[in-house]
Amino acid sequence: MATVRNMLSQRLMVLASLRAVSTSCADTFPKQVKIVEVGARDGLQNEKTIVPTPIKIKLIDMLSEAGLPVIEATSFVSPKWVPQMADNAEVLKGIRKFPGISYPVLTPNIKGFQAAVAKKMYSMGCYEISLGDTIGVGTPGVMKDMLSAVMREVPVAALAVHCHDTYGQALANTLMALQMGVSVVDSSVAGLGGCPYAQGASGNLATEDLVYMLSGLGIHTGVNLQKLLEAGAFICQALNRKTCSKVAQATCKL
Amino acid sequence: MGNVPSAVKHCLSYQQLLREHLWIGDSVAGALDPAQETSQSSGLPEYVKIVEVGPRDGLQNEKVIVPTDTKIEFINQLSQTGLSVIEVTSFVSSRWVPQVAAGATEIAVFGAASESFSKKNINCSIEESMEKFEEVVKSARHMNIPARGYVSCALGCPYEGNITPQKVTEVSKRLYGMGCYEISLGDTIGVGTPGSMKRMLENVMKEIPPSALAVHCHDTYGQALANILVALQMGINVVDSAVSGLGGCPYAKGASGNVATEDLIYMLNGLGLNTGVNLYKVMEAGDFICKAVNKTTNSKVAQASFNA
Repeated sequence: MATVRNMLSQRLMVLASLRAVSTSCADTFPKQVKIVEVGARDGLQNEKTIVPTPIKIKLIDMLSEAGLPVIEATSFVSPKWVPQMADNAEVLKGIRKFPGISYPVLTPNIKGFQAAVAKKMYSMGCYEISLGDTIGVGTPGVMKDMLSAVMREVPVAALAVHCHDTYGQALANTLMALQMGVSVVDSSVAGLGGCPYAQGASGNLATEDLVYMLSGLGIHTGVNLQKLLEAGAFICQALNRKTCSKVAQATCKL
Repeated sequence: MGNVPSAVKHCLSYQQLLREHLWIGDSVAGALDPAQETSQSSGLPEYVKIVEVGPRDGLQNEKVIVPTDTKIEFINQLSQTGLSVIEVTSFVSSRWVPQVAAGATEIAVFGAASESFSKKNINCSIEESMEKFEEVVKSARHMNIPARGYVSCALGCPYEGNITPQKVTEVSKRLYGMGCYEISLGDTIGVGTPGSMKRMLENVMKEIPPSALAVHCHDTYGQALANILVALQMGINVVDSAVSGLGGCPYAKGASGNVATEDLIYMLNGLGLNTGVNLYKVMEAGDFICKAVNKTTNSKVAQASFNA
């Protein structure tokens, strides 16, 4: 059964005036990081090309085969606002549900977005709060400040970060979050999904680049990078666009 | 583009947001909002020197040959940005006298932490290269011309793969000992990650003070800013970068190369670190050179800002 996962868009620039606490390098990172793959939802939602249902299903199946533990499959929103997600029921029915992998579905309540804060969401029963740098303006110091504030109210084990790469800061911000003990990170295969607020700008952090960093740090993710690269190549071909993943670009033989 | 409800589009003035809350508009000669007094209490260096390698390292690896007056205009634009060090060109020969005659006030020598890379890149072993550099650096110092030492393959080699931190330390110590005022440690093929950066720096810093070290990270695998962040956390305060992320990686066709100066400055400004550099002006110089070499910028900040 699909799990409900709400997202809080924290506007990081609101905290820009807080003084930063020490950003000294933590000697220990979490041993394991759970990657929440949002490419099929957040990614495709922000692509101009509408992707046919069978292609979506195949992408999600390829992501499952790559070993991603959480794959956001679709969202239940009005097709008027988000036409790319109009086939949500069909997608959920069509994908292979691998044991051990969860396929959450986004069910935002527009009013809830504006009103809720992390503490409220947590106390209302959300098992995890994903803190999103929606327009990618955050930098590591501000990420640290924001997390320090949230962690006073919500245990770090219940937190995730969702960094956009609009200004190239996503991986550095994610690293800072890991140093603070966050062990759940949202990302999107091939960095799918642009930023709707800045035409031409990039959006999500590319899962391939995230996995590369985590592997280098010796952090376990359970994800097979090779298979992930294949899934990324597949969807980019279907969307007729270039990948936003640097790892994919480097390993691509032109 | 995207599915932004029109109500949101009207009440969110994106340009205003950039001006008020980001550091792009505030960054006149690096001056920051007084509330951003973060660096002292944050364990990060107060000031970071950016070494702009676009005109040399960047253009060297671009397919389009840029005419001399375009290069001059490009460098002149960069000189207006506040950047204190701009790598201008290279004289690839062991006879360095022409550089001095041409008006060079600083020189650089390029070593490597990998024997294979050294042989393939400069046609001699590490030991042989050190002997040649010693001669060059000593003469330069006699003429009061400072010499900077570069160590390539500090985090990995395209031929040998893994490089031990001990080897990097050995080569860096040689260069420092012969009189190089600063050693730039280069992740030549961009394979490093924050953990390998930390291990390498820990080893090198046993022999060389952090104030004499710089990092030169390539963004081939998207790791550059994360690696730079770790270096800053360890006390390094000199970072090499290239405007627009000029220069591909010669070892992986289609891959990206240098980290973009704009994206680096964005991060440093956000961290409250002083650089003395005007981000807007760097973006303009980047726009200029990209048009000249007919390529799209590799800087995410530029992509986000010029298209907004």
